[in-house]
Amino acid sequence: MKPDTRRRVLSACCILGSFVAWEAICLAFGVSDMVLPRPTQAVYTLVSQFPAIWPHAFQTIYTTLVGLGLGILIGVLLGMLIGSSRLAYDVAYPMLVGFSSIPKVAIVPILVLWFGAGTVPAILTAMVMCVFPIVVNVATGLASTEPELQDVMRTLKATKLEILWNIGLPRTMPYFFASLKVAATLAFVGTVIAETVASNRGIGNLMMIASSSFDVPLVFAGLFILAGLGVTLYIVFSAIEARVTGWAVRSDDFVSNG
Amino acid sequence: MNQALATGVAPRNPVIDLERVNVTFGGEKNKTVALAETSLRIEKGEFVALVGPSGCGKSTILKLVAGTLSPSEGHIFVTGREIGANEVRIGMAFQNPTLLPWLNIRDNVMMPLKIVPPFKHGYAKKKKGEYRERAEALLAKVGLSGFGEKFPWQLSGGMQQRASLCRALIHDPTLLLLDEPFGALDQFTREELWEIMQNLWIEKKPTVLLVTHDLKEAAYLASRICVMQARPGRIIEDSTVPFARPRTIDVSFEPDFVSLTQRLRERIVAVRAVKEQQP
Ligand SMILES: Nc1ncnc2c1ncn2[C@@H]1O[C@H](COP(=O)(O)OP(=O)(O)O)[C@@H](O)[C@H]1O
Ligand SMILES: [Mg+2]
Repeated sequence: MKPDTRRRVLSACCILGSFVAWEAICLAFGVSDMVLPRPTQAVYTLVSQFPAIWPHAFQTIYTTLVGLGLGILIGVLLGMLIGSSRLAYDVAYPMLVGFSSIPKVAIVPILVLWFGAGTVPAILTAMVMCVFPIVVNVATGLASTEPELQDVMRTLKATKLEILWNIGLPRTMPYFFASLKVAATLAFVGTVIAETVASNRGIGNLMMIASSSFDVPLVFAGLFILAGLGVTLYIVFSAIEARVTGWAVRSDDFVSNG
Repeated sequence: MNQALATGVAPRNPVIDLERVNVTFGGEKNKTVALAETSLRIEKGEFVALVGPSGCGKSTILKLVAGTLSPSEGHIFVTGREIGANEVRIGMAFQNPTLLPWLNIRDNVMMPLKIVPPFKHGYAKKKKGEYRERAEALLAKVGLSGFGEKFPWQLSGGMQQRASLCRALIHDPTLLLLDEPFGALDQFTREELWEIMQNLWIEKKPTVLLVTHDLKEAAYLASRICVMQARPGRIIEDSTVPFARPRTIDVSFEPDFVSLTQRLRERIVAVRAVKEQQP
């Protein structure tokens, strides 16, 4: 336990230290806050303008979570399809690769054309951003079931659904959670892109307006919020992952937990 | 069915009946004949060992009987019906234990009860009581009492293999298909498991098809040994094992036992030598 605590304290110190260094360098070289505001300035802005920032932050969280939720739903279904059917794999995989190679900024105008500016295109952009890693990982997880185990299930005359439920899905969980952590951060990126291009609400929009009025500390306050939200979501998913797929890391403390 | 009657050798109804089965893999260019013109009959309650060098088609026969592989030519009957159409209950175990890492040992063993018809209906209700006791009883027989709550990675390879055997037996299979289940174990664990396996067989008398490359194992466990050759795979010798049961490890040092394994060994070696002379 002791080396573990030390490691944590050390990493926290290093992270804190990098901010202190940033602050110190800005002070030492007299960097203007129009170029690079000090972290304390950004935090001060964040706190002092919190009532104005909060609705935007809430909008971004809401959009991202809905987009991520849709992305998970579609990603898991698509991944299950691709992972269990050769034909679906051959058809959907090239399409997915092609689609995910398109820069997502490029599709926002199309979405705006279809659904009008506002929340809907942002949700869809977040969803589109995060779907690909989920699909790929779920499909890979399903395909990695040992052939011998499948033989056992088939000789027991298990239906496809029983095999999926009892073996395929549990086996896929570690892959799914690994993708979820990537997907969550990508969903934030998607939301902010769409908000920047076509919305009058959200952190993306806030940062757009702030930068056009040269309120650089506010831009950085927005960045801090996004980073904070991303980290929070990451931690939440890691915690769920540790509960659900502890067997995959085979640690002793998983057993004592459950 | 008709074919089985047409050949009409005996009124007895074999559990497994392979009739002139061919299995080939690959296309025109790199064709592998895994099995050539193989016929094999196994009566109810027999313990048959398939021995032979690796690559001779032992696992292929097992997969055919399990119904996970279709023959290129020929017919396979299980309990008198063409494969797939029957209700025979099959248990399987392999060289690696293939336990599910997210389930504890007991739940791993109980897994077939969740799927096989007479058991699956009551699974949700009986899971906690009757089925759990059933699993624990079986685990105790293989020397794993008290390990039900452990997870697979907390057990040694030999212990995992015992659990895997329990999973193959929990639903009272009438046909047991074992593909080198003791192959990866050390000598002492292996001999211990032979004894356990024999006891389980004597108790329930399922029909067993055991794949192995260990002649001693075959002679110890089986009531009949089929020796196979490779390229093309076929059965070249079929001999019964006369020793009385229950056999102990001491039997394996008796002259009859030694001469049986010696004879089979020479048979395999001779065939291989001839093969090697041919290009
Ligand atoms: N899926 C497959 N594709 C191509 N060749 C195969 C396949 N399965 C088995 N074979 C070939 O068939 C032969 C018999 O294999 P197998 O039954 O696994 O042998 P063993 O007696 O070692 O269990 C081998 O030569 C092997 O290379
Ligand atoms: Mg084999």
